[in-house]
Amino acid sequence: MIETALTDLWYGFGVALQPHNIMWCFIGVLVGNMVGVLPGMGPLATISILLPLTFGIKPVGAILMLAGVMYGAQYGGAICSILLNLPCHPPHAVTCLDGFPMTKQGRGGVALGLTVMASFVGASWGITEMIFLSPILVRVALEFGPAEICSLMLLGLLAGSTLARGSPLKGVAMTVLGLMLGIVGTDLETGAERFTFGMTHLDDGIELVALALGLFGIAEFMNSINQVVSINAAYTNVRLRDMRPTKADVKQAIAPMFRGTLVGSLCALIPGTGPTIASFVAYATEKKISKHPEKFGTGLIEGVIAPEASTHSSVQGDFIPTMSLGIPGDAVMALLLGALMIQGIVPGPQLIKEHPDIFWGLVASFWIGNILLVLLNVPLIGIWVKLLTIPYKYLYPSALFFVCIGVYAANNDMFQVGETVVIGILGYVLLRLGFHPAPILLGFVLGPRFEENFRRAMLISRGDILVFLERPISAVFIGLCVLLIALQIYVRIRGSKPPIEIPTVLEGAE
Amino acid sequence: MVHLVRNLVRKRDFYAGGLVIFFGLVMALKGPGYRLGTLMHMGPGFLPTALGIILIGLGIAIAGTAVTVPDGEDEDLLPANPEWFGWACILAGPLCFILFGSYFGLIPAIFTCVLVAAWGDRTATLKSSLVLAAVVTAFGVGLFSYLLQVPMPLLTWRGL
Repeated sequence: MIETALTDLWYGFGVALQPHNIMWCFIGVLVGNMVGVLPGMGPLATISILLPLTFGIKPVGAILMLAGVMYGAQYGGAICSILLNLPCHPPHAVTCLDGFPMTKQGRGGVALGLTVMASFVGASWGITEMIFLSPILVRVALEFGPAEICSLMLLGLLAGSTLARGSPLKGVAMTVLGLMLGIVGTDLETGAERFTFGMTHLDDGIELVALALGLFGIAEFMNSINQVVSINAAYTNVRLRDMRPTKADVKQAIAPMFRGTLVGSLCALIPGTGPTIASFVAYATEKKISKHPEKFGTGLIEGVIAPEASTHSSVQGDFIPTMSLGIPGDAVMALLLGALMIQGIVPGPQLIKEHPDIFWGLVASFWIGNILLVLLNVPLIGIWVKLLTIPYKYLYPSALFFVCIGVYAANNDMFQVGETVVIGILGYVLLRLGFHPAPILLGFVLGPRFEENFRRAMLISRGDILVFLERPISAVFIGLCVLLIALQIYVRIRGSKPPIEIPTVLEGAE
Repeated sequence: MVHLVRNLVRKRDFYAGGLVIFFGLVMALKGPGYRLGTLMHMGPGFLPTALGIILIGLGIAIAGTAVTVPDGEDEDLLPANPEWFGWACILAGPLCFILFGSYFGLIPAIFTCVLVAAWGDRTATLKSSLVLAAVVTAFGVGLFSYLLQVPMPLLTWRGL
């Protein structure tokens, strides 16, 4: 088994090392790193803006680039958290707790240097996990019938909406709203037009890019305009030689690094628990096993390294269900899956077999991308730090233009730019009412496939809804769903509070 | 009773639930119009109707639990200092892009879109907005028109 995995990986490196694929990967991680550093811009918005521009390139290059944006942004987000105390992206919120105190003590450079190291170790472990677990999962998943796929999707949707931030009820409501938005347009089986309200432009359904940019672009700008806290750039003059940790630092960082990696990879295996939860769990674990827990928050290396390693290990691990089962764990994964679907690739267990170049190329490119990121982050730290000081008043009008042209370029259709504006208003209203719009995307991407499989399962079982409980694998998934709901109710009744104080995160910028 | 109602309408979650119920109602009422079918042969209206009913239930639950929890920090529907002008500018940006893009081409579309949007910031001046719009236009034309070849004329006149 190890042998086949290594042969496949070798093949993957062959794909990823083709010059144009390296180029796309490089562009992806560069843009991602840049955007991750910019306060107030999330990887979701960036991937959606770049999405229409990838229609022209081959699927492999497109997915390498978009995935590169995603993990590149993770590296950039850490810089923002450690030097500015600004948790631009939720997974890095805990990094602020000990990262910024380190910066104040003049050890910000060391924190950054060790973070790059921890990120690489975490990511490498996540990739290894992906290489060995995905083929096993696929072998199991190929036996699934429509009933199993349906229950699995249900589990994925429930986990994605209840385990994310905010109230679980609101999360589920957003997922259902997403499913509904996914239904808009012509029904594939009967040709009936649903919820188009007579607009022929909506016959093909709502455009993924328009939805994502409305929710995470326009709504986000409306939320942050004239609200952005003034940036404290007092500690941002970090130079390359400040980043070199001492031997004692490295020694202190190694154990938390591996513990964080382990936590992250475990979190990645539970559907719906993305990098944000992984980083919180890793921080809490470090604090619990530490001999001097009271010192956390004053600039301990452990408090920076463990969450960063776990974030990266879980980000890579999140690709496992996305690529091998076709079930995304969070909104970013949903968007990447959407990108593949636009390229005409059907997600699901058959993906690895039918498109080995995409899967193994992606795996290999993770390593190449992560090495590129280490190379980019160490010598270019000065440039990234400069980017931190770009004021929001220049950032959002430029980003707004990118949103417009991005949506237009998707289908050369001005109607969809208008669609984005409407979705943006809706997204802002939802944000103000305390909803997190990320699960909408999850429901939207899975919606059509969920309906298709549900119909098929019902047809095969002759309309017997109990089929979901009679088939053993499906029953396990349904059981997990029930367990998840029961757990949420239990937590709610007990009214437990999260164990650590969370610094305020810029809303929705995940 | 009056106290309970007054307590409820103050809560943000009450309106959040209301909005969810509204979406649910739209789906549940419009769904059956697309033919429900049977469980075995589901029609196009089946899932929308079912989802609509689920949404109504979720909405009632969201609004209902608002009574039981104490006031949160932020129960206002509008943020502390509403940015009506800023919001209008952000929404006007893409609308300018549509209008000028359809009639006059890419250059006027980018320029007006960025200019109008930049206006929304409180510290923006006419000069800073004009400079930003010019820079983004130059960059945008180079990247999208020449490099990526987005099919949109740079300058055109389609009449009014």
